[in-house]
Amino acid sequence: MARALRLVSGRESVMVWHAETALPAGTDLVVVPGGFSYGDYLRCGAIAARAPVMQAVRRFAGSGGLVLGVCNGFQILCEAGLLPGVLMRNQALKFICRDVFLKVERSDSPFTRGYNAGQVVRVPIAHGEGNYVADSETLVRLEGEGRVLFRYVSPEGARDPAWNVNGASNAIAGIVNERGNVLGMMPHPENHVESQLGVTDGRGLFAGLVDHFKQAA
Amino acid sequence: MKARVTVTLKSGILDPQGKAIEGALKSLGIEGVASVRQGKVFDIELADGDRKRAEALLREAADKLLANTVIENYRVEVGG
Repeated sequence: MARALRLVSGRESVMVWHAETALPAGTDLVVVPGGFSYGDYLRCGAIAARAPVMQAVRRFAGSGGLVLGVCNGFQILCEAGLLPGVLMRNQALKFICRDVFLKVERSDSPFTRGYNAGQVVRVPIAHGEGNYVADSETLVRLEGEGRVLFRYVSPEGARDPAWNVNGASNAIAGIVNERGNVLGMMPHPENHVESQLGVTDGRGLFAGLVDHFKQAA
Repeated sequence: MKARVTVTLKSGILDPQGKAIEGALKSLGIEGVASVRQGKVFDIELADGDRKRAEALLREAADKLLANTVIENYRVEVGG
């Protein structure tokens, strides 16, 4: 993740230890990356969500700061209550490690301004618990308020259960909070930014963020 | 003082693990199992002996960490 941020933004990320109680001054973007925090003990992301640094992240998000959670990061943001719902075990119970296709539902977010609305991007997933679940009221609200930013689709961009490989409700791959400054997504855009690997569809997310900060400056 | 917190999925939440276990029981020839849902048990040893305080403490523990109340219910049993 730090490598992708460096490649696209030219800036070095600051690694913030989980026991810290404050974020570095001048933080523009907080990224909660993927991994297996606390071995997925208890529930994925449950213990990390209660780490001391998350209070600082919560304050940062509360004042409008941008927060991006990827994979385990998405799980942590849901457990921390920064995003609604929960990521449960993949419907078919298998860990899935493969490329999937995502529809970028809207491009008027700092996170997706690097894409066109409706664009289909190819991004890898690697998870056993990526099945997004929320009660029907929450799902209706998420859809109605346009808070689903990424959705699992076929390569042609169509809704297709066969391409919703983890069985997520409404094929949801990534959502934002009410304010739109916190994004959680299961797929890994940071793993598709290098031309040597053949696919660079993930760049748009980071490039868009760089643009956003340039404009805001 | 011994206590136990049992965490279970709320009804309506899909439990594919429970379903997989159900299928496995059937394959083993254990008939008549209509459904299985998998939960968690936390056996907790408390330093204090006060029952009421213990229940309150464990409820707090469940609300704050042991259960994800979006999808899970919990039951607290103290002493015994």
